[in-house]
Amino acid sequence: MTPDEKAAETRQLEQVWAQPRGWRAFSDVNNSTVGLWYIATAFAFMLFAGALALIIRLQLAVPENDLVPAETFNQLFTLHGTVMMFLFAVPIFEAVAILILPAMLGARDLPFPRLSAFGYWCFLIGGVFVSSSIFFGQAPDAGWFMYPPLSTEQSGIGADIWLLGLSFIEVASIAAAVELIVGVLKCRAPGMHINLTPLYGWYVLIVGAMILFAFPPLIAGDLLFELERLLDWPFFDVTRGGDPILWQHLFWIFGHPEVYIIFLPAIALLAMIVPTFAQRPIAGYSWIVLSALGTGFLSFGLWVHHMFTTGLPSISLGFFAAASEAVAIPTGIQIFAFIATVMLGTVIRSVPMLYCLGALAIFIVGGLTGVMVAVAPFDFQAHDTYFIVAHLHYVLIGGMLFPVMAGVHYYYPFARGKMLSRTLGIWSFWLMFIGFNVAFLPMHLTGLLGMPRRVFTYPAGLGFEWLNLISTVGAFVFAGGFPALCVGLRAAQAQGAGRTA
Amino acid sequence: MPSILHRTIALSLATGISLLVGGCLFEQSALHPAGRDASELSALAWFMFAAAVVVWAIVMGATIYAVLGKKKPRSERFADRLIIGGGVAFPTIGLAILLVFGLSLLPSWTSADTPDLRVHVRAEQFWWRLGYEQADGSVVETANELHLPNDATVEFVLSSTDVIHSFWIPALGGKMDAIPGRTNQLRLTPTKPGTYRGVCAEFCGPSHALMAFPVVVHEGSGFTEWMEQQRQPASARSDAFLGAGCGGCHVVRGVSEAGSVGPDLTHFGSRSTIGAGTLANTRENLIAWITTPGHIKPGVGMPSFMSLPEAERAAIADYLMELR
Repeated sequence: MTPDEKAAETRQLEQVWAQPRGWRAFSDVNNSTVGLWYIATAFAFMLFAGALALIIRLQLAVPENDLVPAETFNQLFTLHGTVMMFLFAVPIFEAVAILILPAMLGARDLPFPRLSAFGYWCFLIGGVFVSSSIFFGQAPDAGWFMYPPLSTEQSGIGADIWLLGLSFIEVASIAAAVELIVGVLKCRAPGMHINLTPLYGWYVLIVGAMILFAFPPLIAGDLLFELERLLDWPFFDVTRGGDPILWQHLFWIFGHPEVYIIFLPAIALLAMIVPTFAQRPIAGYSWIVLSALGTGFLSFGLWVHHMFTTGLPSISLGFFAAASEAVAIPTGIQIFAFIATVMLGTVIRSVPMLYCLGALAIFIVGGLTGVMVAVAPFDFQAHDTYFIVAHLHYVLIGGMLFPVMAGVHYYYPFARGKMLSRTLGIWSFWLMFIGFNVAFLPMHLTGLLGMPRRVFTYPAGLGFEWLNLISTVGAFVFAGGFPALCVGLRAAQAQGAGRTA
Repeated sequence: MPSILHRTIALSLATGISLLVGGCLFEQSALHPAGRDASELSALAWFMFAAAVVVWAIVMGATIYAVLGKKKPRSERFADRLIIGGGVAFPTIGLAILLVFGLSLLPSWTSADTPDLRVHVRAEQFWWRLGYEQADGSVVETANELHLPNDATVEFVLSSTDVIHSFWIPALGGKMDAIPGRTNQLRLTPTKPGTYRGVCAEFCGPSHALMAFPVVVHEGSGFTEWMEQQRQPASARSDAFLGAGCGGCHVVRGVSEAGSVGPDLTHFGSRSTIGAGTLANTRENLIAWITTPGHIKPGVGMPSFMSLPEAERAAIADYLMELR
């Protein structure tokens, strides 16, 4: 090849991969652009849902408060749960994977770039549709798991908005799952056998497969739900032979694996970050892959623990209690593999590592309370109380938010060519870590002292006024970590030109 | 299992907590048990809390040591041993023990022996319809205030006609859902006389937070006397009550038995709260309730009677207070 030909070829290549400019920028399908849009959008939804949570905490700060009326409060907590689960926790996995997976596999892009872009736009449209409903006072108001008959027979248009908006998200999730599974299987660099794939690739593969099995029951449930609401078909209506429990099964057979769909990709980030800062390869690679597979498999067999108080026979309770305890074992293996890695290595102290430690400290609490509520008789007391609110936030904040924050600090230089400020990183970590624990640790007690979840008010004199006030203060400290993060991101952007992505 | 040590830990922690929050009455607390199941479960809770703290401290201790400590160089075999020991062996054994022990507390709700008392509970938005089964098979209906004999096994037969609710008296034991189209059973055994508070635990609409009920556990013959009194028809009639059409929804036995959409009011004056645990039962509160129930309890089925003359509302309130 002559130098001229070579130059012409390079030009052509650059032209093909160039980012579109002006209005055409929206037509970009390059994974590093779509991935960043996706992450930024998911974070925006998270901040929005976080603001809703702060209003919830203000209302509950003192007994018999009348800051927001009951109807608004019910919309607030429904939308908080819906947005955090469907518009942040699941999409952030897809977003991060789209951004970093190709580079990890030694590929230029994912196999179907247009599919990623399609998924992103679905996500954006569905998300804005659902989120904006609250500004018209028409947000869904039956709790994020929308139990019929309350949601089918008594909810306003909010229930339809929920269903329609989430259908877009489901499409986006399945699109991303297909894309990522094919990506891991087909786009690895020559010589990178499956057993040499970075652990992140393994986790993405497993979670992608889980999405393909977990979302269809939800989609089926949504169809039945909308057929009942729109065309009056009686799937969940007992007076005409339906059964409201059918929805609970369809929802939770999706809903429980979803917890692991959220958790596994986040722990996958830890699996990349921990070895870097321990300065040695990960210990127990095969153990981790096998236990991630085991977690994914088991997670489909324990949805009934969300329904322990629906009056199931003891044999079912026993079976699902045992299955729920069993899933702690593969999770424990993964955690101990990280600890072993750190044991064997020499640790560089850094902001991502700090977030990893915070994640571990919080997630283990969530895991241990999970072991507690999996014991069915204890769950009869704890179910639907603030104990569960504490448990699920410990699991999701420790098992998703803190690892993602570690990932943001770790991969920011990769994505934008600049480092995030260490000082601001440490500030945001401590604000979030202390604030979170002050807000949610007391809730374990609040719940067992008898406070049910989803109450817009509570009477004075039952012994949990102070605990609620402490939780509210903690929630605001926790929220203070996010401005610190934003200032850090802004400062990094303002720095001189770094490497161009 | 609840050894003396556990009891002591539980007691001292509970006391510490009550001091912390100002010595309130924990009448809705699962950690201040007054029933058989609640005692077992609160002992289980404290035991699991203690174990969880120990496990957390060990794992985090190991992690902090690994990050900050001065360590000897370790081999790959050490890593494998740590993973097998900490990740496989420890949780498998620990969880197996916990399961055997925890599941042994599963109640047998459908046991063949007849309970000492059977109470039919129909949860409605946002109140509780209670029916006490009598020896002759008849049912005496009341609402929103549960009375129980001490040291007796009570079976609750739970149903619902609108949405899903959940019947929960934390001080006596676990909760059970009331689901349209299904009948669930729950057995509780109170062991300590007193007044407690039950609530709806499953989100059921705007006033889910205001769907509670006082629970009175009677000592000795207290329950029988109370039951005998509740069995009687109403002690008086009232033209104001009937004239305003209250009887269209409320039963007052012996006076008006036409409509039963709302709670039975036959012995309303004997109850301690209005609107299912929402307000204390005083004359002023009752007049306020009759005037604008929807302001006090969003989504309540009862319409406002603001259009009635003030004197008539007061007369209805006086009448209801009289129904003891």
